[in-house]
Amino acid sequence: MQASQTSDRHRIAEEFLKGLWNDNPVFVMVLGMCPVLAVSNTAINSLAMGLSTMFVLVFSSLLVSTFRKLIPSQVRITTFIIIIATFVTLVDMLLAAHFPFIHKELGAFISLIVVNCVILGRQEAFSSKNAPKYALADALGVSAGFVFALFCLGSIREILGNGTFFNLPLFGANFEPWVIMILPPGGFFSLGFLLLLFNRIKQKRDAAKSQLKAAASWKQNRYTTEYVTEKDEVDL
Amino acid sequence: MSTNEDIQKNEALEPPVNKDPSSSRLIITLALAGLVAGILISGVNLYTQPMIRANKAMALRKAIFQVLPGCTDYQPLILDNGKLKEIEPSEGVSNPDIPQTIFAGYDETEALVGLALVAQEPGFQDIVSGIFGYDPIAKIIVGFEVLESKETPGLGDKIIKDPGFRENFTALATEPEITGVKQGQKQKANEVEMITGATISSKTVVRLLNKGLGETKHAMEAFAKEKSTK
Repeated sequence: MQASQTSDRHRIAEEFLKGLWNDNPVFVMVLGMCPVLAVSNTAINSLAMGLSTMFVLVFSSLLVSTFRKLIPSQVRITTFIIIIATFVTLVDMLLAAHFPFIHKELGAFISLIVVNCVILGRQEAFSSKNAPKYALADALGVSAGFVFALFCLGSIREILGNGTFFNLPLFGANFEPWVIMILPPGGFFSLGFLLLLFNRIKQKRDAAKSQLKAAASWKQNRYTTEYVTEKDEVDL
Repeated sequence: MSTNEDIQKNEALEPPVNKDPSSSRLIITLALAGLVAGILISGVNLYTQPMIRANKAMALRKAIFQVLPGCTDYQPLILDNGKLKEIEPSEGVSNPDIPQTIFAGYDETEALVGLALVAQEPGFQDIVSGIFGYDPIAKIIVGFEVLESKETPGLGDKIIKDPGFRENFTALATEPEITGVKQGQKQKANEVEMITGATISSKTVVRLLNKGLGETKHAMEAFAKEKSTK
């Protein structure tokens, strides 16, 4: 029982980490590009957008996973959309009530979370097939990955394009902001740069892993070849 | 107990494809989902509505001072039989159903600086709601702010953010009717330079101003005359 508990915990951790790094929705799966490029012009906007998406994804995944056996497959997509749209409406109202400034800045993009393919994708691929605890870990991981990616982009764009970070001026008056960074082309430039960086790190890690594997299999081969007796060869 | 088995079971769980559920089950599922969604949304709406209303009122208050330079105090007005009448503060506050769309702005000496008017017009995405300041004596628009819009971010929302576009409304003549022209082609005082790439949204603003003025222009001028003679 203890072993199963450990493997259970191990799987939950795995589901969480997978979304954060190996299957990062932005840097690896390149999903949900609309908000990624459009509202990542400042750190605060990207953080607000990321956290709103996280709220919607976590609660939708929990609900979908809890009722997964009761939802007939013919109406599953419709039901998922109803669930997602409900949470998006809640986020919209809560932001308008508590953070009107952010609500005005994000504008139509909050309502557009409904059609963010990261969210519907997780429901269809994961939550509708797994128990709530795994769905929760998966949703938290994927949305944390999404927040991380958006925040990276938003910070880079705000620092270079505005010379500020969370509206705090970073450089002296002599700094000339790269206005292009807060404009749409800046979104593409930063995303391209981050994708390059991310893939480079991943490639290096994969290369190191495959080297380790090759070394291990070479060692194993050597053992097995040494172990093969003359009798085996005769049998062959 | 055996969590591994659970995992395998869950992974093996595919949506039941072979068995077609009855239509009533499909309808009930969707109806239940809709019902729960409705309950959740209306519950949160009850909680957030007063706050959202207060935020909007605050934004409107701020906008009135912005569109009427020199204004230090304002008084809500109502259009009654083609004449503008002052609403008693209690009337306006206690009854949120009375839409407050016209405000008279006064300076420190309690002289009328102008009138602020809220107007709506369908834009590219949704209704654009804006407020503008009107000087009924000089017959010019002295300021404009967007209160609510869902125009395309990066293009249409320039009507809110573009400083060049906003400059159109510092002293915009209203006679003859306001018209929109392409960027760099402004020649007359009643022309608004539209934003390249956001023509529909810019035209919406022009229509919004004309519509707002069309309904109340004479009443506002009469109100200003009455005030100046007093």
